[in-house]
Amino acid sequence: MGNTKILLDHGSGGKMAHQLTTEVLLPLFDNPMLAMLHDGAVFEVNKGRLAFSTDSYVVDPIFFPGGDIGDLAVNGTVNDLAMCGAVPRYLSMGLILEEGLPIDDLRRILTSARKALDQAGVQLITGDTKVVPRGAADKIFINTTGIGVVPARVKISADGARPGDKIILSGTMADHGIAVLTQREGLRFESEVISDTAPLNHMVQAILALTRAVHVLRDPTRGGVGTALNEIALQSKVGMVIEEEKLPVTPAVAGICELLGFDPLYLANEGKLLCFVPARHAKAVLSIIQQSPCGRNACIIGQVVADHPGRVIMQTRIGGQRIVDMLSGEQLPRIC
Amino acid sequence: MSIDGKLFGESFRDPALAQSLVRQIKGHATQPMRLMEVCGTHTMAIFRHGIRALLPPTIALLSGPGCPVCVTDQQEIDGFIALAQRDDVIITTFGDLLRVPGTYTSLQKEKAEGADVRVVYSAMDAVQLAQAHADKTVVFLGVGFETTAPTIAAAILMAQQLGLENFCVNCAHKTVPTALAALVANPAIRIDGFLLPGHVSVIIGMNAYDDFFQKHHTPCAVAGFEPLDILQGIAALARQITSHRPALENSYGRAVTDQGNAKARAVMAQVFEPCDARWRGIGTISGSGLAIRPELARFDAARRFKIAVVEMKPPKGCACGEILIGAKTPLECPLFRKRCTPMDPVGPCMVSSEGTCAAYYRYHS
Repeated sequence: MGNTKILLDHGSGGKMAHQLTTEVLLPLFDNPMLAMLHDGAVFEVNKGRLAFSTDSYVVDPIFFPGGDIGDLAVNGTVNDLAMCGAVPRYLSMGLILEEGLPIDDLRRILTSARKALDQAGVQLITGDTKVVPRGAADKIFINTTGIGVVPARVKISADGARPGDKIILSGTMADHGIAVLTQREGLRFESEVISDTAPLNHMVQAILALTRAVHVLRDPTRGGVGTALNEIALQSKVGMVIEEEKLPVTPAVAGICELLGFDPLYLANEGKLLCFVPARHAKAVLSIIQQSPCGRNACIIGQVVADHPGRVIMQTRIGGQRIVDMLSGEQLPRIC
Repeated sequence: MSIDGKLFGESFRDPALAQSLVRQIKGHATQPMRLMEVCGTHTMAIFRHGIRALLPPTIALLSGPGCPVCVTDQQEIDGFIALAQRDDVIITTFGDLLRVPGTYTSLQKEKAEGADVRVVYSAMDAVQLAQAHADKTVVFLGVGFETTAPTIAAAILMAQQLGLENFCVNCAHKTVPTALAALVANPAIRIDGFLLPGHVSVIIGMNAYDDFFQKHHTPCAVAGFEPLDILQGIAALARQITSHRPALENSYGRAVTDQGNAKARAVMAQVFEPCDARWRGIGTISGSGLAIRPELARFDAARRFKIAVVEMKPPKGCACGEILIGAKTPLECPLFRKRCTPMDPVGPCMVSSEGTCAAYYRYHS
């Protein structure tokens, strides 16, 4: 292909669009269903329940330490399905490209999307590409929609937390939020922090193979662990008590948060889950999570209580107590 | 808070040491006492670490006028917004100011309407922006105390060195020691002791409080921001009050000296001179502001753009003014959690990450 950048013609539905599809997209996502280039994908389903989820990805910058918008778009939807207890099977991908996007960037993004699909064991079976004039979008936006199969007897929902449940967090907080932040204009600085973007479906399947008594699964993405806990407390009409000392944060992330006045409890994660299980299963579930490559730093951060429904309380390190509220607005750096 | 290795701050969060300081405080605080933490970062840290729950009921903590965004007068906020509405201007600011409501709108809302408002992390970023946009005037909104003022002074000197014609600062800086006297003079509040700001004191030094202390003999302790720092400062104040021995005490010795940071103070003195300043909730305090010196007038946005702003009344029912001087707590404001929330703030104390109302909203049950 002679062009090195995306042109409006690539979204025209004509020859250039066909060329983009056959030369860039298809070689990367080669599977019989996609290769049909039909208006939609057709597949068999067995009896049972399906999970269905969609998400759009507009991350800035599109490349960040530890990942890019491509693997993020795959992992994000895979994880949303996994949090329903589903085994993710198929994904669709809609690309909105800004005129002028280097085709090499697109290839790089789609290559990492492909790797993420392989890692999750999920197939991309339908897609769409649109090109908009320069300025009408920022480089690339991706929408992915996914379908997964929910095994029998799995009943996971945000209103399922019960007093006595232990709350497990599968690893360190805020890695994705900080990794992206350090690349933002005006704040560029060297750090060792990399995004935690990763598919969590294998971890979830390992947990559910051990016990189906899991009450809630949630990936604390935007809004972070603090917001996710509050949402679950409200929906389940329960209180929660977490321990500051147990909350896992890498020293690098903790240091940057101190410097900029951010609270890691409210920064995004893209490869972590919160798991609510009855206390009797907590140790076994924790140990299964810790065996997963992205769950090594998992720990029990607190428990569900019947008191103060809808509220999350933190026991601070020095023995005090405070409320952990939902994030309101974006976290902004402090002024003095 | 970390999975391996100890952060610098961690040793100042030791639970056993904290308990021992709490015992000391309980021993001293045998009578009711009202302590004001002057700094917004203290207010937030006290809530974040759950310190209020550890203190005996004899100690009342009042939050003071130490959030720079909050004490910025409404008229000044309206002035910032008026500047943002000009096509020939790029506004640069720290993030906290973005959502602070003026009389009719905020910088954030103006940004959504198309105003060029950019959040920067340092005033030097604003200087760089001015270099890159020769066709526009880049205005930095200088809001803050002695902690931020030196870096903004340095940015002005940098712009002078670079010969930049299109950079200036809308200067609304304020200084802490002068405000203390205004607070103790106010009959509406009774303050038994001041927990003085750590960061500000790193710059200005203990000596900067001498005049105030010699005149008023109010117990004072400068404290850092880790839980043990704060507890140590409170213990010092409780001891001074109960023993009737007021002192100007440095409980943050690892960072604060008598002289302060000589270099930072020199840069400030080179660029700024004292001026009268209006504080929200307090009114005009003589000599409590920093104005750009006449010889650097071309970097002064107030002189460059003659912006006429009409004095407006603060929103009806908003108690920010009284909250800023510790005369009321947010719980006594009729708008708190009802009309006024962080999502739709009425007054600045609900917006800023260091505002008293925001702290109560997030952390107070």
